[in-house]
Amino acid sequence: MDWLKIFSALFIVAMLVFLWPRAGQMIRESRKGSLNEWLLVGMLLLGVAAFVAFLMYGIRR
Amino acid sequence: MSLQNSTVSPRSESLLATNQLIRNTYLMLSLTLIFSAAMAGVSMWMNLPPMISLISMFGSMALIWFVLPRTARSGAGLVTVFAITGLMGLGLGPTINYYLHLEGGDQIVMTALGGTGAIFLALSAYALISRRDFSFMGGFLMVGMIVVLLAMLGNLFFDLPALSMALSGAVILLMSGFILYDTSRMVNAGEDNYLMMTVSLYLSIFNIFVSLLNILGASRD
Repeated sequence: MDWLKIFSALFIVAMLVFLWPRAGQMIRESRKGSLNEWLLVGMLLLGVAAFVAFLMYGIRR
Repeated sequence: MSLQNSTVSPRSESLLATNQLIRNTYLMLSLTLIFSAAMAGVSMWMNLPPMISLISMFGSMALIWFVLPRTARSGAGLVTVFAITGLMGLGLGPTINYYLHLEGGDQIVMTALGGTGAIFLALSAYALISRRDFSFMGGFLMVGMIVVLLAMLGNLFFDLPALSMALSGAVILLMSGFILYDTSRMVNAGEDNYLMMTVSLYLSIFNIFVSLLNILGASRD
């Protein structure tokens, strides 16, 4: 295993240590979204996924 | 002159503050993106090794975690934001150089750049114009981030190209969610500090760009 991978692993672990307590706090404090709100977010993210697929198709041609 | 004309209702005052926050955030975001691109150019020209990417990421994350929260409400916050984005730009240089040396690398880099801009502009415009409240996404986005980081940690040992591509896709979707979440926080007065907002949006743009480079580079292969 090279140094780049060891440092990458350390970096990810540091991020996890930092994000863990913040994630707990955000889960407790976030309001609950309605079904319609989640559907809207799903549609927007689906649009992003379709756009990325379009870019991949463009690069392959 | 009547004093009555110069009084502003609390609602108008809050609207003015929100508009000023939005204007300052996007102005600062533009300046930091230009600065970051210049630093990436310097790093590419100097042909810095890939280890520089990790060192500058460690440096910028340390600034985000330990220095920015203490300086965000002072003049030193401006210097901190430019230091963070400059370091991240410097770290991006070796990655861009790697993709430019692939066959059709310039097309990959330009497509990733244009794609990142299009995703950011479309989602920001939607959140700004609709003024919808996306604050309910906070917990979901953080859990998603932790799951992706754990999977990335696992993939460092297993080295599966398909998993790497799937993770890049997941990062693009998560960062798109963060753009909606952050922009709605700005519009609905969930955050009042433009320096914190600038760094949040910059990180989303940066991660979308790097993940798009990874996906487009892999799909070219």
